[in-house]
Amino acid sequence: MQQIPDVIRQIPLNYYVFFSAALFCIGVTGVLTRRNAIIIFMSVELMLNAVNLLLAAFSSYKADPAGQIFVFFIMAVAAAEVAVGLAIIVMIYRNIQTIDTGILNKLKW
Amino acid sequence: MYIALLICISLVLANVVIGVYSERKIAAFMQDRLGPMEVGKFGFLQIFADLFKLLQKEDIVPALADRKLFLAAPCLIFIAIFAGFAVLPLGPSEYLQGAKVEIGVFYLLAIVSIDIIGILMAGWASNNKYSLYGAMRSVAQIVSYEIPLGLSVVCVVIICQSLDLQEISFQQGIFSPEENYLFGIKALGIDVTQVGGIFTWNVIRMPFFFFLYIVFFIATLAESNRAPFDIPEAESELVGGFHTEYSGMRWGLVFLSEYGMMLLVSFLGAILFWGSWNTPFPNIGFVRLADWTSGNSGTWVGIAWGVFWLFLKAYMGVFLQMWVRWTYPRLRVDQLMYLTWKVLTPISIIFIFLSSIWRLLMI
Amino acid sequence: MLNIILIAFCILTVGSALWVLWTKNVLHAAFALLLTFLGVAALYVMAGADFLGITQILVYVGGILVLLIFGIMLTNQAGNKEGGKNMILTENLNRFWGILIAGGFFGLLFYTFTQAGFQEVEQQHFGEISNHSSTIQITGIQLMTDYVLPFEIVGVLLMIALVGASFLASKNE
Repeated sequence: MQQIPDVIRQIPLNYYVFFSAALFCIGVTGVLTRRNAIIIFMSVELMLNAVNLLLAAFSSYKADPAGQIFVFFIMAVAAAEVAVGLAIIVMIYRNIQTIDTGILNKLKW
Repeated sequence: MYIALLICISLVLANVVIGVYSERKIAAFMQDRLGPMEVGKFGFLQIFADLFKLLQKEDIVPALADRKLFLAAPCLIFIAIFAGFAVLPLGPSEYLQGAKVEIGVFYLLAIVSIDIIGILMAGWASNNKYSLYGAMRSVAQIVSYEIPLGLSVVCVVIICQSLDLQEISFQQGIFSPEENYLFGIKALGIDVTQVGGIFTWNVIRMPFFFFLYIVFFIATLAESNRAPFDIPEAESELVGGFHTEYSGMRWGLVFLSEYGMMLLVSFLGAILFWGSWNTPFPNIGFVRLADWTSGNSGTWVGIAWGVFWLFLKAYMGVFLQMWVRWTYPRLRVDQLMYLTWKVLTPISIIFIFLSSIWRLLMI
Repeated sequence: MLNIILIAFCILTVGSALWVLWTKNVLHAAFALLLTFLGVAALYVMAGADFLGITQILVYVGGILVLLIFGIMLTNQAGNKEGGKNMILTENLNRFWGILIAGGFFGLLFYTFTQAGFQEVEQQHFGEISNHSSTIQITGIQLMTDYVLPFEIVGVLLMIALVGASFLASKNE
């Protein structure tokens, strides 16, 4: 059984940093280019995941558990956000029969 | 690690053979008939005949199904269930536990929940209203019953102060690293660490755990979609539920995971409540029943006894599940939801309160 | 060895995230998201945060993803069925600008991170990391002592979200 220090000593922190940056940018692209509101939601989750992972990695490498606890709270808030957000999307669908953001922009009038 | 992997694979495969045969025989016994009798002596070979038939069946994919998801779903269900076996200690040896992790039981509860996604995938990809209904019901049921299941596991964790299933196992017998008192109450002053046997099991360390086990058992029945909670695949309403469209080996995989889940939750129940791989017989004076039936820790004899007791207890659990199946009628959907949200969840929250107080008495 | 495993998980995660990005079928996107979440969970474990890895599976796969799939099924546009197949399709828009902005952003991040020199953070603190195989104990103690107020507030927040969501989605006004 390998202990945590043995494992993270072998992996450069930069891997996590660049991976998280890539995942975050995929999330950004998703939010900017997709038309389905639920897929936009998924992309937001991807961005949150990227940030969470980076926080956890930094907290491990810095031997400070505060980062991991912060991630725990972010996860709880993300769960709440998804519950409310999906309820809103379902409500929108019930009223205008679509969740296509190309049509949803009529909200601004 | 690899030894445990091999054992678990063969166990899951053998379990479906044992499970199907004993299920049919038990059903037959309870309905006062004979069950399979034609193939082999007492129908022993019936299951192999069935398997042979299953293997040579065509693997049909409906024309309008979502092909990729349809093919992947049974594999995902099986992987989810099989991954749960990784943390089970099958005996008092480090070679008999796939991964020795400190968060064992938490991991088990989490990984088994991937099962839901597989079921949803299967139900949706089949493009069939019965499959979709079955999947929806199944998911609603599993998600709801995860709450009493998780809470009842938390009670045990409070008493044992560990998430590692092997550590929980060690605490419940004569090899315990800490001292055990009768009913867990230190003030009584009766040290039963050397008595062992049933007196150090969790159900005796915290006597209310017997009632908690009933909650746990009902929740696990619902988790593994067994009768009386088999509305997801209720034959009379939904043909076959989420696996209506599956045939051949893919259906076999779904079946394998169902029996694997039964075995997994029985193991979990035995480990958490019924003393894991520890012997039920106590040492009474010079009659060292516990020592005789557990061997020495770490030796081959000791490991063999441990494996024997754990498997006996787990299969008692499987028998109990089959017994319940042929005793109670199926619940309606609203009754099902009533049971989990208004009965089991409050009860398990009360048990968390009780367990916390009991833990204070134990130290 | 560990590096290879890590890179394999990174490729799995980024690959399935790209699948979420490109696929036209919304349900396929949801199931690709499953792979992404599992990959991120594995990376948590490799980063020495095993508790978070399991929580990731429990919260994201067991909770959020199921909710998302239910959301997709509830908002199924009936006009989308082609020849009886149950595919929910969607389109992309602003592809050029979206990818340009995100790519530019990635370049900026990449440049910043290469300049930042995290190597020093890496080398300094190894001595302080306790020799545990799990972070669960320290996380639990911290949650119940230093962070007990946020912990309680998150419970209240989840409660409010639950009530709010069921109120929003209920049929009667």
